[in-house]
Amino acid sequence: MQTSYRSSARILLPVRPWFIGCSLAVALLLNLLPTSLWTGLPDWLALLLVFWSVREPRRVGMGLAFLCGIAMDVADASLLGQHALAYVLAVYGGGSLSRRILWFPLGQQALHVFPLLLLVQLVQVAVRTVAGADFPGFGYFLGPLLATLLWPVLTFLLLLPQHQPADHDANRPL
Amino acid sequence: MENQPPPFFKRGPAPLALLSFYVALSVALLVVDARMQALEVVRQAVSLFTQPVQQLAHLPAQSIASAGDYFVSLAHLRGENARLQQARMEKATTLLRTQQLEAENDRLRKLLGVRERQQARGQVAQILYAARDPYTRRIVIDKGQQDQVVAGLPVIDDAGVVGQVTRVFPFVAEVTLITDKEQAVPVQIVRTGQRSVVFGLGNGQLELRYLPANADVQNGDVLVTSGLDGIFLPGFPVARVVHVERDTSYSFARIFCMPLAGVENFSEVMVLDQRPPVVLPAELAQETGRETKPLKASSARKKRLRRE
Repeated sequence: MQTSYRSSARILLPVRPWFIGCSLAVALLLNLLPTSLWTGLPDWLALLLVFWSVREPRRVGMGLAFLCGIAMDVADASLLGQHALAYVLAVYGGGSLSRRILWFPLGQQALHVFPLLLLVQLVQVAVRTVAGADFPGFGYFLGPLLATLLWPVLTFLLLLPQHQPADHDANRPL
Repeated sequence: MENQPPPFFKRGPAPLALLSFYVALSVALLVVDARMQALEVVRQAVSLFTQPVQQLAHLPAQSIASAGDYFVSLAHLRGENARLQQARMEKATTLLRTQQLEAENDRLRKLLGVRERQQARGQVAQILYAARDPYTRRIVIDKGQQDQVVAGLPVIDDAGVVGQVTRVFPFVAEVTLITDKEQAVPVQIVRTGQRSVVFGLGNGQLELRYLPANADVQNGDVLVTSGLDGIFLPGFPVARVVHVERDTSYSFARIFCMPLAGVENFSEVMVLDQRPPVVLPAELAQETGRETKPLKASSARKKRLRRE
């Protein structure tokens, strides 16, 4: 875990791999909720993949992103490879910018993440436009904006399991 | 060989190499799926894993809906019951006469030596959800390969044509609605008997294309399936004309229609069985020297179906 100047001032415990898997599974579940009528909901799976690729670039790589993308494509009835391509590109971006992003405080981290999430939507629009679909409207790009606003909350929640001290002291509350 | 770094920091292939590999793989998948439609088996295999997750995701909504049903007021149900009774009485006269008319029609057809009309048969399916893809108009129904649903079957509801099955999974099937941008239905205008093809626009409306600017089409005209495609039985209501734009600078009129079926609503639908193949007379079959499979020969066949 990289410690940096302000973003994670405290030294964190190492992440548990099953926690990453569970959070990704929950994100997939959230993505598949019957919310197709509301445009502008964030793509949870993309957000979680970018989060873990920034936090743990060694563990969450492009292979996992590709598999998640294929699962999304099938569940979504979209072209096979559409989500996969978008997620792979976003995770590559997140992984290669990870050391830079983690140096910033949370607000500025979110600003770095926004273009990555926008890239996910742009790639999908480009793929579908080439395949002959119509432009789905600007509400489609509201999702990354919401996801960016959620970044600080998400960071706090997902890093909670790593906040406990390694050696448990009965006389200390946390 | 001797100048290689020690294997302390083994991290697999370089990120850029991995990226180009996965991007190439995705693009290959995209091209194969969009152009050749050869990946249905892969889709069905992956759906075995995603389908349970999808069902899990729909549990909350379903339980909320069923809880809502439970608390529906008695007065509401009474009102609905009364309405349905009235509707049934209103329809009874027509229905009773329909039976007699059908019998008469059968007799007359036999007298004339015309082939008997095909009866529509099918199975009722529940709409599970609308597909999440914002670019297409599709719904998912709870009948799949297990129920002998195959791609290409027409789907109707109580008011008219809903769409066509385009993708079949083991337990569910995807139905492309007639309002989808890639869906076309051969239709006939009831008032004039004019045949044409109605295309989806992707925004909940349909467009009747390639009719001349002076074509005899009015607002309120009802379109029914013409049955020329060999897929839909003739006579199912499809849409009603809502707006006709006649611009003399174009050679075709722009005719907008609204679907008659509750295409965008959630309800129950009926998946019709496949139409029996039309057999060409023997002399015609020899002339063409081809198989007389109507689905292959029909010229008005859907663009979508060509993929299956």
